[in-house]
Amino acid sequence: MFDMISPQLVFGQLLIGLINGSFYAMLSMGLAIIFGLMNVVNFAHGAQYMLGAFAAWVLLNYLGVPYWPALFIVPVVVALFGILLERLVLKPLQNLDHLYGLLATYAVALIVEGLVRQRYGSTGLPYGSPIPGGVNLGFMFLPYYRLWVVVFSIVTCLGTWLLIEHTKLGAYLRAANERPDIVESFGINVPRMVTLTYGLGVGLAALSGVLAAPVYQVSPSMGSSIMIVIFAVVVIGGMGSIIGAIATGYMLGILEAMTKIIYPAGASTVIFVFMILALIIRPNGLFAGAGKS
Amino acid sequence: MNFEKALPAPALGRTVLSVENLSAWYAESKALHGMSFDVREGELLTLIGRNGAGKTTTLRSIMGIVRKRTGSIKFNGDELIGRRVYEVARKGIGYCPEERAIFSSLSVKENLTLPPILQKGGMSDEELFKTFPNLLSRAGSQGTKLSGGEQQMLAIARILRNGSRFLLLDEPSEGLAPVVVKEIAEIILRLKAQGFTIILVEQNLRFARRVADRHVIVEHGKVVDILSTAELEADMDRVQTYLGV
Repeated sequence: MFDMISPQLVFGQLLIGLINGSFYAMLSMGLAIIFGLMNVVNFAHGAQYMLGAFAAWVLLNYLGVPYWPALFIVPVVVALFGILLERLVLKPLQNLDHLYGLLATYAVALIVEGLVRQRYGSTGLPYGSPIPGGVNLGFMFLPYYRLWVVVFSIVTCLGTWLLIEHTKLGAYLRAANERPDIVESFGINVPRMVTLTYGLGVGLAALSGVLAAPVYQVSPSMGSSIMIVIFAVVVIGGMGSIIGAIATGYMLGILEAMTKIIYPAGASTVIFVFMILALIIRPNGLFAGAGKS
Repeated sequence: MNFEKALPAPALGRTVLSVENLSAWYAESKALHGMSFDVREGELLTLIGRNGAGKTTTLRSIMGIVRKRTGSIKFNGDELIGRRVYEVARKGIGYCPEERAIFSSLSVKENLTLPPILQKGGMSDEELFKTFPNLLSRAGSQGTKLSGGEQQMLAIARILRNGSRFLLLDEPSEGLAPVVVKEIAEIILRLKAQGFTIILVEQNLRFARRVADRHVIVEHGKVVDILSTAELEADMDRVQTYLGV
């Protein structure tokens, strides 16, 4: 079987794995940041990712705003929506069981997805590549935009990780994760920090959405379909672990793609098999305790 | 500095904190039942009482960590009831909790430098390391890897950074070896000599009477007596009765 595997196939799948892994890493990182500080499992994360892609599509098709400005505008706008959501829905639930936050965000995800489906239908909408063309590497053709996605996501993930692990702001976030009351007793406005952190996580989801628009079809279900994998990434990496989310995101993207070469039918389930194994061997996650937000 | 020979206390000034008829609740459970006392500038006041008497709750109520409160807590004339914890801190009150709350995800240096400088008079990193030299050699270690005494010093050092001149210290001697308790007492006396106003929750009566000016005896969430150190020394039997020892 293995003599049938060509280098083109391996490198092609590796690229697909890296691209999917880029989205897994960015989305699970946002989810881990939110969970780390707020202990909220943000089920609306997929819907916020989808909103990012749709907002980019709407900006391009209704207002003529191209991809590059959208890459900055959309995360800010969707983050503001997230901040509103945190203030109106999550804040009143903060002293209740975390299950309430999960259910509330799940409801928000269903409402947002339903409204977008109602307005734009279920069919995927195309979004042209802002960097057409590519380079022939001999063993494979590498589209420039896909290279951009991988590089941009790595830079974003590393930048966010550095922000949380090596800055004063990150130290506040990590400390507030442990004892928000004590951090507040130092004179830091923790409620505002929580709101802005939720906004940051939502902004990262929207940024991933804009990035994904030219790669995948822009559709209302694009968020819900990726969310199951994202939750698996966060669980395998260790709930709330930033570095765990990033590393596991890329790892599972590549694992999924490589499985397509060896056993294509198992590609969609291999992540969950891996999740069960990881839970049995290391129930707290592969990176539990490392770089927890 | 010698523990036995305290620095001379500065003259006590005006009332800076006035607690009037303070009641507080944890959910539906009432923990304070109308506490009243005041604290003068430069004073070191202890709250003494048995476990569960309401001493820690009093500090947490002053900070606003316990939210459900009635009565009045005035700090320099400003009402603190209804204010958020960070707003109380920004008025110049520092809080060192009983459990020390050293952050495990941060190094000693990160723990120490976490509080922002809110007002003039906060200690610089150099001054803090000079005052607490053992923390300097452990600056890169994980905060929770320190010994109990070192963690307590880190917890006290941390609140000296933001410039608060009014400190709430919750049982700083708890669970520490006598030699470390002595060191902590020296640090507290030094702070008092520098003009800090301090409320100290303490169960160690020996420790309390060495450092404090006045003692508020708390029982069942109420103030049952207020004694100067001289009165306390003169009538230890009375205090022992309150403490049930």
